[in-house]
Amino acid sequence: MTNFTKEAVKQLSAYLNEPEWMLALRLEAFDVYESLPMPTPQLEDWRRTDLRRLKLDDFGPSVNGDAGADATIPDYLGKQLTTDEAGGNMLQVDGVVKALTLSDGLKAQGVIFCDMHTAVAQYPDLVQKHFMTEGVRIDEGKFAALHGAFWRGGTFLYVPKNVKAAAPLHSVLWVENGKTFTHTLVIVEESAEVIFMDEYASANGQQAGIHNGVIELLVRDNASLIYAGLQDFGANMWQFNHERGRVGRDGKLDWVTSMMGTRLTKAFQTMELDRPGAWGRMSGIFFTNGRQHLDLDTQQNHNAEDTTSDLLYKGALKDKSRTVWQGMIKALPGSQRIDGFQANRNLMLDKTARADSIPGLEIEADDVRCTHASAIGKLDPEELFYLMSRGIPRKTAVEMSVQGFFDPLMRRIPFEGVRERIFGRIVEKLG
Amino acid sequence: MTIALEIKNLHASIGEQPILKGINLLIKQGEIHALMGPNGSGKSTLAYTLAGHPAYDPTAGQVIYDGQDLLEMEPDERSRAGLFLAFQYPAAVPGVTLAKFLRQTINSRRQAENPEDSGISIPAFRRLLKEKMDMLGIDHKFAGRYLNEGFSGGEKKRVEILQMATVEPKIAIMDETDSGLDIDALRVVSEGAMRLYREMNMGMLVITHYQRILNYIQPDYIHIMLDGRIVESGGPDLALKLEEEGYDWLREKYGITETA
Repeated sequence: MTNFTKEAVKQLSAYLNEPEWMLALRLEAFDVYESLPMPTPQLEDWRRTDLRRLKLDDFGPSVNGDAGADATIPDYLGKQLTTDEAGGNMLQVDGVVKALTLSDGLKAQGVIFCDMHTAVAQYPDLVQKHFMTEGVRIDEGKFAALHGAFWRGGTFLYVPKNVKAAAPLHSVLWVENGKTFTHTLVIVEESAEVIFMDEYASANGQQAGIHNGVIELLVRDNASLIYAGLQDFGANMWQFNHERGRVGRDGKLDWVTSMMGTRLTKAFQTMELDRPGAWGRMSGIFFTNGRQHLDLDTQQNHNAEDTTSDLLYKGALKDKSRTVWQGMIKALPGSQRIDGFQANRNLMLDKTARADSIPGLEIEADDVRCTHASAIGKLDPEELFYLMSRGIPRKTAVEMSVQGFFDPLMRRIPFEGVRERIFGRIVEKLG
Repeated sequence: MTIALEIKNLHASIGEQPILKGINLLIKQGEIHALMGPNGSGKSTLAYTLAGHPAYDPTAGQVIYDGQDLLEMEPDERSRAGLFLAFQYPAAVPGVTLAKFLRQTINSRRQAENPEDSGISIPAFRRLLKEKMDMLGIDHKFAGRYLNEGFSGGEKKRVEILQMATVEPKIAIMDETDSGLDIDALRVVSEGAMRLYREMNMGMLVITHYQRILNYIQPDYIHIMLDGRIVESGGPDLALKLEEEGYDWLREKYGITETA
C-alpha cells in the first residue's frame, strides 16, 4: 500500500499526466501537510472532534480508481442520471469519469462541465488561476494541505459571463475503493446563473474509508449560483472537508448542504461576502444515528458593506450520535449595514444523542443587524397524538414529524426526485 | 349494522388528579348528543380519554366501541375504527402540508386494510380534497400550507371538520368546535357536520358551553356534566333551561360548591 509520501505525490501527478504547475502545487501542499501536526482537541477548531482513532496512513492516495471498473452503482443514482431534469450529468467512480453528458443547449452557451482532471488538461488558464487560490488555500489546515497534495476527481463547472445556464447540472461521485479526494470548482462569471447539484455517496463498507474534499464556489458580480452538496457515504467513512463560497457585488449564493452518512465528518464551510450587495444563504440538513460524529464549522464573513447572510442548519439525532455546529458571523471594520443571521435547530430523537450548538459573532462595524438562535427540541407528543388521532400509525407519524422538521430546508433542494430520495434515507435511518 | 359507543362507569386521571368520576353514556350511530357543563367539569377530559391521549389515564370503568374494548386500542386504531375527535385546540404540525396530511389519513386506512395498497392516486385525492374544501368554504391554497401553522382559530375549526369529512367517521366527538367561531363560520362548520350526519348516519357528541351551536346541530339528548359526572340527561329543553338559569341550580341540587 502506498502511503502519503512525496514520492506518491509525484507518482499520482505523473499517472495523471499533469502539467508542471499542478505538480508544483501538489508538492507545495505536501510540504505544508508535513509541516502541520495532526489536529488535536487542544486546537479551538478541533475541540470537539477527536482523531486519535484515525489511522491516516492506512488510507493512502487514490491513484487509478482501483476497483472502479466493476463498481455497482445503486439503481437510484443511475436512474437519477437518466432523468432529463438536468442538462448535464456526470458520474464518477473513485475520481474516474464513468458517464458524462452535457446538453447541446448548455454547450452552445459555452458552459464547461467536466471532471477536474480534464479541466486541468483542457482549460489550464482558468484552472491555474482559480484552483486553491481564492477559495480554499492549501495552508488552511492539515486536511486542506493533504487534499492539495493528493486531490483526485471532482467536478469543474464554468459558466461564462451573462450566461443563464439553460438547465441545472448534476454530478454523482461514487466511492468504491474507500478513499476519495474530490475537488469541486465552480466559477460563475459576471451576471451568469446556474444550478448545480453535487452528490457524494458510497455503500456501507467494512473497512475504514476517507473523503478529503474541497469545494470552491466563486460567484462573480451580479451572478447567481444555487449549489446543493449532498453527502450520503457509508458509515465506514471519515470525512474532512474544506468548503468556501465567494460572492461578488450583488451576487447570490444559495448553498444547501445535506449530510446523512460517514462515521465522522469535520467540515469547514465558509461564505465570503466580498462586495456590497452580496447575498448568501446557507442551509444545512443532517441526520445522524448509531455512533456518527458530525462537526460542522461555519463562517459567514461580511467583508463589505450592505451584505446579507442567512444560515439555518437543522439536524436530527438518534442513538449515540453526536453533532457539533459552531457558527461565526464576522464583519470587518467598515462593513456597515450588514444583515447576518444564523440559526441551528436540533431534533433529539434519543436521550443518548448529543448536540452542541455554538453560535458566535465577531462584529467590528457598528451599524449592523446580526442575530443568532439555537434550539434543541424533541418530537412534540401533542403533534404525534394529533397525527395518530387521525388514523396514522405511530411509526408513520414520527416519520412525518421528522420530515416536517426538515421540509422548509428540503424545499431549497432543486430536484423533486432528490428530495424524495433524501426523505427516503431519513425514513430508513429512523428505522 | 349500527355502531355504538358505550361508556360504563369511566374514571380517568391526569397524573394523580382524578377528573372523571364515573361516566355512563351510550351514543349510537345516527344520534346527536350534546354534553354541556361549566369549565373544569371534565368534558374535554372525556373527549381526550376517548381519543386515547397518553396523558389521560383511564383508572376504572369500560368503553365499548363497536363491540371492542376501546381503551385497549391505540389512538390510530380508534380513528381507523371510525371514532373521531374534532379538537378544541388542534396541534400545529410544522413542515407537513394539509394536503400531505389528509392524503396520509386516507392511505393509513387503506394500508391498514391491505398492506400492499399503494394509496389513493394523486388526481383522485385532488378531486376529493377540492370537493370537501368547497363544501366547507376553505380556500384551496390551504392545501399547500403547513397543517394548522399560523391558522386562525376559525380556520383551524374548519380544517377539523374538513378532516372529519375526509375520514368519514361513524361516531364524532366535537370538543367546543363552536368556540372562537363567528356566526358565519359557525353556520358553515355546523352545516358541514350535519351533512355528514345525514349522509353517513354519523353519531355525534357535541361538547359545548353554549346553546347557539345547538341551533344548527339539533341534539336528541342533552347531558350535563358537573365535577366529573353526568348529573342530568334530558331532551333539547334542558339546554334552553341552562341558557336561562345557568348551572347554579344544578350545583345546589347535587351539593357541589366549587368546580375544579
